[in-house]
Amino acid sequence: MRNEQMNSQRNDTNISKSRNNKKLTTMLWLSLVALMALLQGSAAVEFTFDLADNAEDCFYEEIKRNTSAYFEFQVSAGGQQDVDVTLKDPQNKIIYSLERATFDSHQFTAETTGVYTACFSNKFSAFSHKIVYVDFQVGDEPSLPGVDEHATVLTQMETSAQAIHKALNDILDAQTHHRLREAQGRKRAEDINQRVMVWASLETASVILIGLVQILVLRNFFTDRKPSQARYGRL
Amino acid sequence: MRDQWICLALVLCALHSACGLYFHISETERKCFIEEVPDETTVIVNYKVELYDPRSNGFMPSSPGIGMHVEVRDSDDKVILSRVYSSQGRMSFTSHTPGEHVICMYSNSTAWFNGAQLRVHLDIQVGEHAIDYANVAQKEKLTELQLRIRQLLDQVEQITKEQNYQRYREERFRHTSESTNSRVLWWSLAQTVVLVCMGFWQMRHLKSFFEAKKLV
Repeated sequence: MRNEQMNSQRNDTNISKSRNNKKLTTMLWLSLVALMALLQGSAAVEFTFDLADNAEDCFYEEIKRNTSAYFEFQVSAGGQQDVDVTLKDPQNKIIYSLERATFDSHQFTAETTGVYTACFSNKFSAFSHKIVYVDFQVGDEPSLPGVDEHATVLTQMETSAQAIHKALNDILDAQTHHRLREAQGRKRAEDINQRVMVWASLETASVILIGLVQILVLRNFFTDRKPSQARYGRL
Repeated sequence: MRDQWICLALVLCALHSACGLYFHISETERKCFIEEVPDETTVIVNYKVELYDPRSNGFMPSSPGIGMHVEVRDSDDKVILSRVYSSQGRMSFTSHTPGEHVICMYSNSTAWFNGAQLRVHLDIQVGEHAIDYANVAQKEKLTELQLRIRQLLDQVEQITKEQNYQRYREERFRHTSESTNSRVLWWSLAQTVVLVCMGFWQMRHLKSFFEAKKLV
């Protein structure tokens, strides 16, 4: 009887131990999954850079297999606001290419793990440098720490918060887009303003110059005839 | 338990921010990036530099000899940050005037290494992306929902700033357009006046000239 009791007690501790173990392993698994998820996704970088004339700039990003990536660019100033763009996969195969483009976006899913290359070329332009905006998003947005790691069903509040978060992200993207378009327009307008000034002053100067030269030439013309005129007089 | 998670997340974030987008520059080259930001916006720049190693034909993961000079200029071309960092660095600045902030990086190398390739890993985060929510959650002891709402608030704040900046830029744009408009108007008027005066003067001058030469 006593033995039995002891046995059952041992059993109990065994059970609780195994439960603990189970909890630990699940935790480990969870953390591993979280680690993978964090390592895999979510490298969103947006930046604007100055592409010199006759130059080619490349950017590299390592993308894991089956991760979706979003690539967007926009030329906001310089020359005819165009640039050659190529996206290459790790095998150097071109997966996307555009020539003389002002803006575009491309969404793709990585077929192999490796370094993907995005190149911007300005080789065709000998004089004008370009300002290029690039947005390169790999994977999904990283979730908030401590959030989304549990497996329970979201409450209505949480779902709403998530929906609002998505909507606000869209708004921010739209704002960025508008800001770039506005910058494009504004830079053009500033350019036009400058050009109006320079050309108008040049034109005014040339009108005055031509007027003066005309008179001088004409006077010269008639003063050169003087000898013949004198001859006429003699006759 | 929660703290452990947060620690793990923090470590992972730190690990993660080191990799990401990268590009190559030569050691003497200067690379600039432009960030157009509203005022009172935080920008965080993370970078890691690796030196090309010709022996292994790869890049050395850590290059203690290399330092990077980082310079940040605001829209008025005023230097707001200029420092030399080591091969790995993290800097943040807050904009005080809205506009284009130029972040320039160049290595402090001497002619000794001249021409060697550098691989620069770069990560730039602006506005609410720059906020470290793991830190916020830990410091202010927020629940999940509170953290979510906090993120939403930050986003809305960023949007408001951006809209104020938009208004500012629209004003500048309109100013330019109006300037162009008035320039076109006044220049065309001035040119017409110059043209008429020129013609009038030419005729008068020629008339007196011909009369003096007794041609008419």
